[in-house]
Amino acid sequence: MTVLQPGMLSLLQDSGRRGQHRLGLTTGGPLDSEAFHYCNRLLQNPAGSTAIEVSVGGLQILASTETSICVTGADMPLTINGENRPLWEVHPVSGGDIVRLGFARAGCRAYLGVAQGFDIAPCFGSTATVVRERIGGLRGEGLQAGDVLPCARVTGRKRLFLAARDRPRYQHTLTVRVIPGYQQQHFSRLAQRRFFGGTFRVSERSDRMGYRLEGPRVECDIEGILSEGICHGAIQVPPDGQPIVLLNDRQTIGGYPKIGTALSLDTARLSQLAPGSSVHFAAVTPRTAQRALALAQRFSLQRTLQERRP
Amino acid sequence: MTTTLRVVGENALMLYLGDSADAVTLARVQAATDAIEQALGAELVDLVPSYASVLILYDPLRSDHSSIARRVRACLATLQAQPLAGGRTVVLPVYYASESGADLEALAARAQLSVEEVIALHTATEYRVYAIGFAPGFAYLGEVDARIAAPRLPSPRARVPQGSVAIADRQTAVYPSPSPGGWNLIGCCPVPMFTPEHQPAMPVAVGDLVRFEAIGRADFLALGGTLP
Repeated sequence: MTVLQPGMLSLLQDSGRRGQHRLGLTTGGPLDSEAFHYCNRLLQNPAGSTAIEVSVGGLQILASTETSICVTGADMPLTINGENRPLWEVHPVSGGDIVRLGFARAGCRAYLGVAQGFDIAPCFGSTATVVRERIGGLRGEGLQAGDVLPCARVTGRKRLFLAARDRPRYQHTLTVRVIPGYQQQHFSRLAQRRFFGGTFRVSERSDRMGYRLEGPRVECDIEGILSEGICHGAIQVPPDGQPIVLLNDRQTIGGYPKIGTALSLDTARLSQLAPGSSVHFAAVTPRTAQRALALAQRFSLQRTLQERRP
Repeated sequence: MTTTLRVVGENALMLYLGDSADAVTLARVQAATDAIEQALGAELVDLVPSYASVLILYDPLRSDHSSIARRVRACLATLQAQPLAGGRTVVLPVYYASESGADLEALAARAQLSVEEVIALHTATEYRVYAIGFAPGFAYLGEVDARIAAPRLPSPRARVPQGSVAIADRQTAVYPSPSPGGWNLIGCCPVPMFTPEHQPAMPVAVGDLVRFEAIGRADFLALGGTLP
C-alpha cells in the first residue's frame, strides 16, 4: 500500500516494545489498546500485528494488491473509492483502490489494519513508532506521502464485523480509575480531595507521551524525588499542580512526584478524548483493578464477532 | 535503610532499596535487578532500575501483585550485594554558553556565582552513571556540587535541544535527543549519546564515571554540534 496523505499523525504500531527500558526506550504501541485489539481480531490477525494508528484523521492510502482492511476506534468517516464504509468491519480491497479516512466526529484515534498486518522490520524487538525516540515504524517518524507499506496479498478473508451495540461510544467526559501509589503520601488530604473530587480539562498540550490536565491545583509537599521508574498510566504532578497522565511514549524514569496510576482500561478511553473534554478521577484498590482487567479480558475484549454474507 | 515494596499500578510494584544516590545503594539496585529478573522469568515484562529503586513491571493477566511481591521478597532475602560493576571513565566535551544552555545565566544568578564559576564547578567533579532512562541513552549522573544544584523548572519545557547538558537538584545529564524536559540547561555536548545502529548503542553504562570538559564554540561546531 502507498500513503497518499498521512493526515494529522499516522503511526505504525504493534503492541509495543518490551524489555528495553534499561536502555531508556519506552514502550510505544497503541494508545487505545481496545480498538487496536479489535482491529486485529476482526482481520483474524495474530494479536499485536502492525497496524496504523491514525490520530484525528486525514489518512489516504492506495492499495496495490488484493487484501482486506479494517478500521476501528474513533468515528472517522471511511470511504473506499469514495463510497462510505462502516468502521469495525472487514472490507476487501483490490489494487488501485483508494482508502480515505475523514476527520473524527467522536474520539481521536483510529486503527487501520490489513490482513496479516503490515510487514515492517522490527527495531529493538518491535515495530512501534516512537517519534520522540526516532525509533520504530519506517524511519522512526510518522507516515509521509509516498511511503510504501509492505503487506501480503490475501484473498477470501471473512467479512467480520462487531455489532453496533458492542462498539465503544466515545464521549466528552470520562472517569479514570486510579490506584493511589508512588508518592501519594506526600499529597495532603486536601490535595487528594481536590484531585479525586475535581473536574479536569484535557489540555491542548496532550500527546502520546502524556495527557496534560488543567483543573484545581493539586499541591504536593515535595517538589521532586530521586528519579525513579514510571509505569504506564502514572499520574505525575509537577510543582504547577496540574496532573499529567503518562501514556505509551512516556519517559521511563522521572523525578516529579506521582499521586497514583490510572488503569489501562481507562487510559485507552482517555486517549480518545479531544482537548477540552472533562476528566474525573476515582480511587480504586489494586484488587479492584485486577478484577476489572480480568473481566475486560473475559468479556469486553471477547465479544462475539458477526459475519457479513455477500 | 529499610527495603520497601509497594504496589504502584495494575501491573507494577516499586522496590525501594535506599533513599540516596550513592555507590552502595547502586550496587544493591544492580544486584536486586539481576536477582528479580532470574526469579520472575517470563512473568516479568520489564524492569526499570534507578538510583535507589527498581520498578517491576509484570503481566497482570498471568500474575497478581501479591504473588509477585512474595517472590520478590523471597529473592531479596538471599541477596548478596556485589561490588559495583563497570567503572570506566568517559570524557564528554561541553560547550557552556547561553546560546547552548538557556538556563546557564539564571542558574549562575540563583547560585550567586559567575558563569565561569558554574562551569569550573561542573567540570571539576567525576560523576557516576546512576541510571539510564527517561529517554533512550539518557544517563543520570551524580552528584553535582551543592553550590550549583538547582530545582527543576516549575513546568517542563516542551522541547529541549539534542545534546543539552542539564542540572536538576544534584543530578546532571546530557539530553540524547530533543525531548520535553524540566531540567536547567547549561550547555551542549556534541557527542551522540544514543546511536541505535551501534553496539553498544551508548558511550556510557551504569556504574561508569563521566567527566565533562569545557570546549569553545568553534570546537563544538567542528565536533558536529548544532545550536538551537
